[in-house]
Amino acid sequence: MTVGQALELVCPAGTPAALRAAVEAGAHAVYCGFNDETNARNFPGLNFSREEMAEAIAFAHRHGAKVLVALNTFPRAGAFSQWSAAVDDCARFGADAVILADLGLLEDASRRHPGLRLHLSVQAAAANADAINFYVRTFGVKRIVLPRVLTVQEIAAINREIEAETEVFIFGGLCVMAEGRCSLSSYATGKSPNMNGACSPASHVEYREEGGALVSRLGGFAIHRVAAGQPAPYPTLCKGVFEAGDYKGHVFEDPVSLDAAALIPQLAEAGVTALKIEGRQRSRAYTEAVVRSFRRALNDHAAGRPIAAGELRALTEGQQTTAGAYRKTWR
Amino acid sequence: MTPRRWEDMVADRIFNLTLGPLQFNWSAQKFVDFYAAIADEAPVDRVVIGELVCSKRAPFYADRIPAVIERLERGGKQVILGSLALVTLERERRAARELFEQTEHEVEINDLTLMNWVRDETPFSVGPLVNVYNEATLAFLAEKGARLVCLPPELPIASVDALAKAGKGCRVGVEVWAYGRIPLAVSGRCYHARAHGLSKDSCHFVCENDPDGLATKTLDGVDFLAINGIQTLSYQFANLIGRMDRLAEAGVTHLRLSPHTGDFVAVTKVFADVAASRISAREGFALLSGANPEAAFTDGFLFGNCGAAALAPF
Repeated sequence: MTVGQALELVCPAGTPAALRAAVEAGAHAVYCGFNDETNARNFPGLNFSREEMAEAIAFAHRHGAKVLVALNTFPRAGAFSQWSAAVDDCARFGADAVILADLGLLEDASRRHPGLRLHLSVQAAAANADAINFYVRTFGVKRIVLPRVLTVQEIAAINREIEAETEVFIFGGLCVMAEGRCSLSSYATGKSPNMNGACSPASHVEYREEGGALVSRLGGFAIHRVAAGQPAPYPTLCKGVFEAGDYKGHVFEDPVSLDAAALIPQLAEAGVTALKIEGRQRSRAYTEAVVRSFRRALNDHAAGRPIAAGELRALTEGQQTTAGAYRKTWR
Repeated sequence: MTPRRWEDMVADRIFNLTLGPLQFNWSAQKFVDFYAAIADEAPVDRVVIGELVCSKRAPFYADRIPAVIERLERGGKQVILGSLALVTLERERRAARELFEQTEHEVEINDLTLMNWVRDETPFSVGPLVNVYNEATLAFLAEKGARLVCLPPELPIASVDALAKAGKGCRVGVEVWAYGRIPLAVSGRCYHARAHGLSKDSCHFVCENDPDGLATKTLDGVDFLAINGIQTLSYQFANLIGRMDRLAEAGVTHLRLSPHTGDFVAVTKVFADVAASRISAREGFALLSGANPEAAFTDGFLFGNCGAAALAPF
């Protein structure tokens, strides 16, 4: 076995404690956001105040890790300055990069902070080399987080054609729609990932016992039913059960999460620079365990050792997993 | 009918009407017949032609497009060539590039991939699947040559107010999704194929059986969404016929009507008649309900607390 290319591990942090845990567990980089609607994981009790962000960046830098700040919602009309000011703060705190999706914000950031490294968020859904080249040429974007609609072969082809790094999701929650191009949540609840940084928000979730079954509703729409006493999955809209013609079931996707750990060698071979773990909403303990396992897997891969998949599988807590669009049959 | 300048429309409080690209998989003959009727009878100003949803559908009617365009132009319509919504394959990238290699017709971009091929001197328009949420993005696109932007359907009226005002400042017309099932999401996966136990690559074109999309119900039996290949739409039809005064006040210049089965020429006539105050909004609403008795209507994204909020009858 040949020694693989060293991959960067990009880990989620929803709180300062999770950031410290991720750094100590071996994250090369941590991504996080401010506690407002400038980022796509705008959940109550999550994310960083300005002061916490400044401290977190200093902490990470002392430990040789990078901090990438996600400002990846689409600024609201009439409130652009809130997003623009967030970019300013990231530059001031010494963030290693900001992760942006909106054209206007990219333009603003590239013009006013030419030294600030820009990553293109998965929310921009740049799914081919031409789209990526546009962002690279126009805004000087240095890294693209690829949307989860591509196969490994397509990722390899993209990397041959572009002058930027790519980062791909390897583990955690899975969007089945092209990210940043989905209004399902705002259709059902009025809250949108693009505008409010929230998908299928808990504020609109309701569980109710009906005739011996536990029914989960989102925005009043019944999208899951299990026998009473059984664990009910969180009613994320695209993982719900629907009836479409003669088909009744998970029309969009089963309640699965992404686990592409087995594809680490192929993704490295495809020229990917960084692997991203989803889950800024997860606990500190979970973050630490996942980061530690993946760092070991990357070390094994870099040293040419086989990757121990068993430990990673245990982290999915018995949930179903999928390699998603990375395998063509998923489509 | 001579296409009207959008600047004049603002002054007149009359909208230009755009017929958006067909979202569904219709047979070539149905495609030709639909656009023939539009060409000859529909009072729309702009017609966007081109495959939006799935590049596998395009070969079935591609050879009919030149004649359709010619007929539409003879009918006084401006024809705009629309792009695919999600470009990933080589042939899709090539098709996207070729759209900007022709100069005869304006291009509507529905994926930012197309920005790679925009030339400084070529004006273009921007479809509703491109994320234009704020003034800075609108100004950026205007600077690159955008002349008309159809806003993402999920925007609330407050954003439409701000963007229509900004559009005036940078001489970009602003359009809203006024009629038809609302595009909510695109995916790498084909849900029509999945619902039939197939995959995208061997889909048997099952989407052709659902010319307005496949209605998708919740566990309570509530009509909720409609699937259309890789696209997910609202079950409900957007219908802004009763909101024209408010949209004009905002400074919206264009309304987009999205093709469906049934008498669609009648739908376009109702919008044109209400826009020109020949009939009232109430009369218009009654006519639209009559033309499509099955349809549930919504204006929820703009005016309600969520996109699915039912439209109060009036």
